[in-house]
Amino acid sequence: MSASKPKAKSMDRRRFLQDSARGIAGCAVAGMGLSHLISDARALPAQALRPPGALEEDEFLAACIRCGLCVRDCPYDTLKLAELGEDGPATGTPFFTARDVPCEMCEDIPCVAACPTGALDKSLDNIDDAKMGVAVLIDEENCLNALGLRCDVCYRVCPVIDAAITLELAHNERSGHHAIFMPTVHADKCTGCGKCEKSCVLPGESAIKVLPMRIARAEAAEHYKLGWEDRNPLVDELIDLPDRLPGPGTDNLAAPGGFEPSFKLPGTEGAGQ
Amino acid sequence: MSGKTKLPVGQEAIEKFGWLRAHRFLLLRRASQLLFLGLFLMGPWFGIWWVKGNLSGSLTFDILPLTDPFITIQSMVAGHWPELTALIGAIIVGVAYALIGGRVYCSWVCPINPVTDGAHWLHEKLGMPKGWQPKRGTRYWVLAMVLAVSALTGTIAWEFVNPISMLHRGLIFGMGFAWAFVLSVFVFDLFISRRGWCGHLCPVGAFYGLLGSKSVLRVSAPKRSECDDCMDCFAVCPEMHVIAPALRGQDGDTPLILSPDCTNCGRCIDVCAMDVFRFTHRFDDTPAPGRETRTRTQPASGASRAA
Ligand code: SF4
Ligand code: SF4
Ligand code: SF4
Ligand code: SF4
Repeated sequence: MSASKPKAKSMDRRRFLQDSARGIAGCAVAGMGLSHLISDARALPAQALRPPGALEEDEFLAACIRCGLCVRDCPYDTLKLAELGEDGPATGTPFFTARDVPCEMCEDIPCVAACPTGALDKSLDNIDDAKMGVAVLIDEENCLNALGLRCDVCYRVCPVIDAAITLELAHNERSGHHAIFMPTVHADKCTGCGKCEKSCVLPGESAIKVLPMRIARAEAAEHYKLGWEDRNPLVDELIDLPDRLPGPGTDNLAAPGGFEPSFKLPGTEGAGQ
Repeated sequence: MSGKTKLPVGQEAIEKFGWLRAHRFLLLRRASQLLFLGLFLMGPWFGIWWVKGNLSGSLTFDILPLTDPFITIQSMVAGHWPELTALIGAIIVGVAYALIGGRVYCSWVCPINPVTDGAHWLHEKLGMPKGWQPKRGTRYWVLAMVLAVSALTGTIAWEFVNPISMLHRGLIFGMGFAWAFVLSVFVFDLFISRRGWCGHLCPVGAFYGLLGSKSVLRVSAPKRSECDDCMDCFAVCPEMHVIAPALRGQDGDTPLILSPDCTNCGRCIDVCAMDVFRFTHRFDDTPAPGRETRTRTQPASGASRAA
């Protein structure tokens, strides 16, 4: 008995070690499989937009429990939980496709209010600050306005009209004497609601599409200064460049002591005083 | 005894107490499973929104939040601190199951349970071999693996494959190809491993088992001295190893089934013609004499046959 006991113990230990080793190996294999599957499922297609206030995609998949409460409280049936094999996003996570049903930018943002986990961030309290994506006029060759016609529909439907989207006038080179009213999106104001994409009159695909920020936006080049912007001097108050004041040596005709041109244009008499 | 064991499982209880009584907990369980599914389906089907959401997270009567604690823990491990609503919901669910038995989730709520029960029924009908039987601790390894992958990938890892949410969410919000996961579980249990999914692998069941390991509600075998070795309880129990310590205990041993693996399904109570089992609480210390000692071979041969 006394001889067999330590032996049994060492057998136990061996068994325990074997089981543990097997367990760890099995877990490693299964874990790698699962991780691989997750990295596949993470790829979010460009047409799938997350609800307002959604965290960055990486954080979103750590936060969203896929309960669908946001879906239930969306009064316009915009949101949908992704179905396996039919929708692109990770199975069960909420998304919308702007061309099908855009977000109507509810003032009280019920989807965000419904989210129990914070996957939709409650700090979004003004829907105009939402960043579901950004609209991009992606097909200028078919956009009717870009062709010189007046469709304007995307511009008219925008809930943030004249801020998120404007019509920029340009010369119509083709006709020679008309204007082009180019729909132009301003990313800092566009919420990515997708109303413009939904209402584009072209059959099939829309000429203006909401893309996720990560695809639509580049990063500003830090080493180029936009000197024309307010409070963004080209040189940070290192050198004080001389101010152009009226006075001798300038071509300001109105200034006393300015040069008088040696010729007079017709109709400019007395322009100096 | 040999003549009696030829009877189908539970037949004696049916003859003695009637079909209904010999199936009462099974029927109650199916009713409960249907109820939990039905509550969630009332909204999308009939526009009665008493309960919104799904088993992962829900809102009842616009006031009571419930969240799956296992999913909440994965979310935290993945690096997200959930908002108060989700935390409160997880605590409510966690406390409830800690009291009534974690694996009550398995036998009374989980929508996969009818699937694996169905697979087991067919498995018996076809007289299939046991197949692969993983070690008892395997589900805890899977549980640890899920938490590790959650931490490493920064995602709620199990929700990418969890057949429970695939089925439940699928029925409520739209299934897509998620039925493939459910079918896999069925096929796995039928052909590869008898009672393999719920009995050996599912990390959700493992989690709830741990959660309810000190639960108050318990099945007990107070009349174990009357057991006549028909082995029917072993045959119907989805976790048959939990019965023996209570049923075969000596006078001093507790008749309570204390293993966290017991799902509190009550099927053993149903099928026992000698009325040995009943539901009670874990502090119940009514003395329960063990059986007179018998020759060792009898229960052993019975056990191997039932297994
Ligand atoms: S803001 Fe309104 S329309 Fe847009 S997703 Fe949320 S609930 Fe739906
Ligand atoms: S309510 Fe929140 S947690 Fe639930 S599905 Fe929507 S985003 Fe995810
Ligand atoms: S997505 Fe279109 S409609 Fe919506 S804010 Fe942006 S430009 Fe306007
Ligand atoms: S073991 Fe898992 S799948 Fe089976 S009933 Fe329990 S939770 Fe559901």
